[in-house]
Amino acid sequence: MQRDILSRRAGKKARRPELFWILLSVAAVVILIITAINLYALINGSTASIRYFGPGFLVGTDWVPNPPEGPPILGALPAIYGSMVTTLIALLLAVPISLGVALFQAELSPRRLRAPSIFLIELLAAVPSVVYGLWGLYVLVPFMRDYVNTQLKTWLGFLPLFNGSTNGLGMLTAGVILAIMIIPYGSSVMREVIAVVPRSQREGSLALGATRWEMIRTSVIPYARTGIIAAVVLAMGRAIGETMAVTMVIGNVARISPSLFLPAETIPSVIANEFTEVAGNDLYLSALFELGLILFAIAFLMNLAGRILITRLQFKRGSDRVA
Amino acid sequence: MSNQNTKRNVGLVVLVIIVVAAIAGGYSYFVNAGNTGTTRSATETTSAVTSNQAVSILGAGATFPAPLIQKWTVEYNTLYPWVTINYNPIGSGGGIQQITQKTVDFGASDAPLSDAQLSNATGLVLMPETLGGVAITYALQSYGISNNTVINFTGDVLAQIYMGKITQWNDPAILALNPNLQLPKATITAVHRSDGSGTTYAFTDYLSAVNPDWKSTVGRSTSVTWPVDKTGTGIGAKGNAGVAGTVANTPGSIGYVDVIYAAGKSLGIGAVKNTAGNYVVPDLQTIANAAASATGTPDPKDLRLHIVNAAGAQSYPIATYTYILIYKEMSNQPSMSRSKAEALAKFLWWAIHDGQKYAPDLIYAPLPQNIVSADEQLLTSLTCQGQTVITQ
Repeated sequence: MQRDILSRRAGKKARRPELFWILLSVAAVVILIITAINLYALINGSTASIRYFGPGFLVGTDWVPNPPEGPPILGALPAIYGSMVTTLIALLLAVPISLGVALFQAELSPRRLRAPSIFLIELLAAVPSVVYGLWGLYVLVPFMRDYVNTQLKTWLGFLPLFNGSTNGLGMLTAGVILAIMIIPYGSSVMREVIAVVPRSQREGSLALGATRWEMIRTSVIPYARTGIIAAVVLAMGRAIGETMAVTMVIGNVARISPSLFLPAETIPSVIANEFTEVAGNDLYLSALFELGLILFAIAFLMNLAGRILITRLQFKRGSDRVA
Repeated sequence: MSNQNTKRNVGLVVLVIIVVAAIAGGYSYFVNAGNTGTTRSATETTSAVTSNQAVSILGAGATFPAPLIQKWTVEYNTLYPWVTINYNPIGSGGGIQQITQKTVDFGASDAPLSDAQLSNATGLVLMPETLGGVAITYALQSYGISNNTVINFTGDVLAQIYMGKITQWNDPAILALNPNLQLPKATITAVHRSDGSGTTYAFTDYLSAVNPDWKSTVGRSTSVTWPVDKTGTGIGAKGNAGVAGTVANTPGSIGYVDVIYAAGKSLGIGAVKNTAGNYVVPDLQTIANAAASATGTPDPKDLRLHIVNAAGAQSYPIATYTYILIYKEMSNQPSMSRSKAEALAKFLWWAIHDGQKYAPDLIYAPLPQNIVSADEQLLTSLTCQGQTVITQ
């Protein structure tokens, strides 16, 4: 009986890895293929635009897809600028809040409050982005216009960032809505990495007489920093690709302005707005593909930068330990 | 051990067979669904509609006529339960694209197709199916001007607002048109569509017709580059609902939307000066007047019509037809069987006759008689594999 089970186990063991290995390889190859097809479609679609506009597309500031006469004049800089600025605002607002939320949930929260607070934060991630957009347009935009922007203008109006007329639609509002949207992504990953900081780290720190805050600052955060950066990278990827909510509150104007109050556009918002109306204008369609390619490249570079930072920090931590 | 393996293998084989069978079955189902119509109509002369063979028709395009087209599909299906029509309101551009690529049976567009667009889709014809107007809306409640107050505009003033040349509500040019109103000293936020749209086409078509400067620097199109954006007081919003919502939420703003979107209480609706010199607000009658002002039956070979700035004492000047797109030789569309072609043509025939009675409830003006007869000529000239599709 015992033997029989063993031999059956052995039989399973001998077979399983094979099938399992095939399944895993298929999954891995499928991801490669999907990425390749994606990239191919983007490059293939943008060839005409790349040939016609050349590198000038990246620095051009005019966006005239249907001039009264002649071919379109298209430049991607306003969209790239808008994407960068709104993502930056979102990260500046969301990273500290996410970290705070994560620390609260992992370190400070009473047991009874913990599960509900995690549930509520993760519920934010389940809200569809178009709902955020509606809420943004009808609630956040008037609020920003009447309270936040006017106050910022009164106190910080000497900065070009907070200058100019404000009707609530613009980069700042888009950044705020993006921040709300990415907080659950940032905070869940951060919470997980904070939770796996070994008990011994905390205990050691507390044993040396650290307060709770000092313990978090000196042993928890440094230990978890690579994971925290990974969370920031994830949140950034989410923010830069967000389409619907941003489209509804950013004002959709191809313009580079220093003031955060003024309307602008982002790469995904341009594609979402204009993709349906490009029939019969091949160069215009191709330019939208090229915008997609640029977004792909930006996301890739940001991820790469995040990876490099993580490796550096890991290396540094290693050397810290040796020292 | 070998027993176990065999069992597993058998299970795997069964699974694979089921999957393959499902795929093959699904494939043949769809292929045959397209074919049976053709083989049948080749052997039998009875039409699909009279023989009650189930037909499924797919359309896509403009959002503006979508409520009406969808009403038609429902009503038509209750009359002729074997004809199912699905209309997918993905936008005019999407509709043009899909009918050009022949992935739908009919398209719909608010803007008449350009010659370049037509050359991409040989044999495509346009059939006006309804008409609507573009309302000028504003929100000045917080400046003490209620939404019931009608502000007068001229095409020239509208063009200058959207060019960023008139920036204040108390600009002399606007005050001159509204001597009885206390217009505030407030910045005008000019809201426009951020997505391509037939509404934008109608609006810029009108501005091009009345302002030569606009015509030469901006032009008319489903999406244009708005000069007012350069001043920082222009705002783009997605969809009619987006423009209406943004205007309602932005004190001192002006926008343009399809009439039905301005019907609520949250927006003011402006009057626009027509060619006769009267200030006219958009409603069913004034929009219908604009269409009726053009007399004589237009050439059914090319029904791309412009009714902006139409003549007539009570014609609203920013009105536009919206179009169904079909292939004149309907079998150009590969999945178009003879029975399907006939069902589609009969549906369109019904839409421009009996279907028009559903238009006023949804604030679309019924087609004038001259357009109905032009549409009739167009529909009777449709062919499928060289044969006339419908005769009556």
